[in-house]
Amino acid sequence: MSGPTTQSADAPTRRLAGLLIAGAGLAVLVVAPFTGLYTVFLMKLMCFALFACAFNLMLGYVGLLSFGHAAFFGMAAYATGHVVKEWGFDPFLGILAGAAVAGAMGLVFGAIAIRQKGIYFAMITLALAQMVYFFCLQVKFTHGEDGIQGIPRGMLFGLVDLRDSLNMYFFVAAIFVVGYAIIYRTVHSPFGQALKGIRENEPRMISLGYPVARIKVMAFTISAALAGLAGATKSIVFQAATLTDVHWHMSGEVVLMTLIGGMGTMFGPVVGAGVIVALQNYLATIGSWVTVVMGVIFVVCVLTFRRGIVGEILARLPHRR
Amino acid sequence: MQELLGIPSPLLFGQLLIGLINGAFYALLSLGLAVIFGVLNVINFAHGALYMMGAFVAWLLLTYLGIGYWPALVVAPLIVGAVGILIERTMLSRLYDLDHLYGLLFTFGLALIIEGTFINFYGVSGQPYAPPQVLTGGYNLGFMFLPAYRGWVIVASLLVCFGTWLLIERTRLGSYLRAAVERPDLVRAFGINVPLMMTLTYGFGVALAGFAGVLAAPLYTVSPIMGQNLIIVVFAIVVIGGLGSILGSIVTGLGIGLIEGLTRTFYPEASSTVVFVIMAIVLIIRPHGLFGRPRE
Repeated sequence: MSGPTTQSADAPTRRLAGLLIAGAGLAVLVVAPFTGLYTVFLMKLMCFALFACAFNLMLGYVGLLSFGHAAFFGMAAYATGHVVKEWGFDPFLGILAGAAVAGAMGLVFGAIAIRQKGIYFAMITLALAQMVYFFCLQVKFTHGEDGIQGIPRGMLFGLVDLRDSLNMYFFVAAIFVVGYAIIYRTVHSPFGQALKGIRENEPRMISLGYPVARIKVMAFTISAALAGLAGATKSIVFQAATLTDVHWHMSGEVVLMTLIGGMGTMFGPVVGAGVIVALQNYLATIGSWVTVVMGVIFVVCVLTFRRGIVGEILARLPHRR
Repeated sequence: MQELLGIPSPLLFGQLLIGLINGAFYALLSLGLAVIFGVLNVINFAHGALYMMGAFVAWLLLTYLGIGYWPALVVAPLIVGAVGILIERTMLSRLYDLDHLYGLLFTFGLALIIEGTFINFYGVSGQPYAPPQVLTGGYNLGFMFLPAYRGWVIVASLLVCFGTWLLIERTRLGSYLRAAVERPDLVRAFGINVPLMMTLTYGFGVALAGFAGVLAAPLYTVSPIMGQNLIIVVFAIVVIGGLGSILGSIVTGLGIGLIEGLTRTFYPEASSTVVFVIMAIVLIIRPHGLFGRPRE
């Protein structure tokens, strides 16, 4: 799909199409809050979409399933909540701090976890994330079961009042666009090509002289930092950071979003996040059956719908391949 | 009062006993995971949920049919094993040709379904389950007090672990199984029904989880979430031990249980995280686990 085709004769047309799609996407983002949809719902969707895209960078483009991304999402939420509420950070700086914490964790966890591949990698990331969960359960600053509540949205750069939901919406939209652009650039760069090379044939990449381990850790760090960016933003939107954000259920949710939308596609995780967030909103009345519904979707997706929504659409487009 | 390393010895031995019991459960569960992974190449995320199911089946048998602990110790694992066989035949067996990650994702979904369903019917608070009459009371060992049921749990799980090891390493059936792990295609060419063996292996592996669940029922309250965090600890143990050897997973399970017990005595804050720290250290020193060997 990528590689040689991107340099082929129709590159300008593809470029134009890409710009058009990006423009249309931006237009949708600008118009969405005026369509009567709840802005909080849209903001939640964007946070989870960014989270899923960050996760997909590892699963879809390096072929490594991290079952512990909730650790980055949740820890960033806690870090942001703490620095904004207790230390009075500007919301923007607070979010950056959260993402930085997640990135640092990603560097350490990545360095440990890449020592194993495949299914072991999933188990190791899950176990490391569980360690973070227990840590959050015990330390003081997370306030245990209560979580950090009442995080102030505050004034962005001291100028823009984020308590206004429309201002908050555009702030979140900007973060989402920047995060998405970083992922897009990462995937469509020589570095991204190296990632896909590792996914397809790791021994060959090693023999070609690529520092495979370092590349994987870098990708994991980027993915963790962006997952943290999503979690940090979410803590400002909902003004809370709780244990739910670091629990392995959250890791499972982001796997499901990516799976249902289409792993290894740029836009799939966004669609998947939309489906799951909408479903959770819609099914909120049936209480804990939601878990069962999630489980059923998981099973059905794995058994019959492995390409996901966007993956299935791309596979049916005639001009590809 | 006697003291050992500055800790009253009854306290130390008490914690070591708890550690040994936890270790026995870790051993049973990681053994099941190792057997299933060896033959099916699937990491069974639903193992914790099926362990919970074993405990719940025992409780349901007692509550609705009046069937007591001893029959339940046999019947509940059989029921859980049958559920496992059904799952393997109808769904899991379709995933063998795919990336192993799909097996993990499938069983993860399965765990959500099983746990979610039980939570909906029974809540998360948990149901009490009394130990059998014979095993109430306990023995004074001089240096500590050993409740009879706890002693039984250790003996029973060690027997089952050792029996499984004998079955796999010392019998003809076990030799087929080990051959199927190495070269399923060749074993098949010799006329051995490999798909049937895979089905039975999955059934057996999850029956072990069900057995552990029944053993656990009188110790902990029977709750739908009892297997949820346990399975992640067991994953860490599997990473520490490596999935290569049966004996390795038993030893690692017991060892980690004891280390947790010691940690709870000397530095209780770290008792829930120590296993993950050990995992990280082992990964740095021996990436394939203590008993593992590089695969592929």
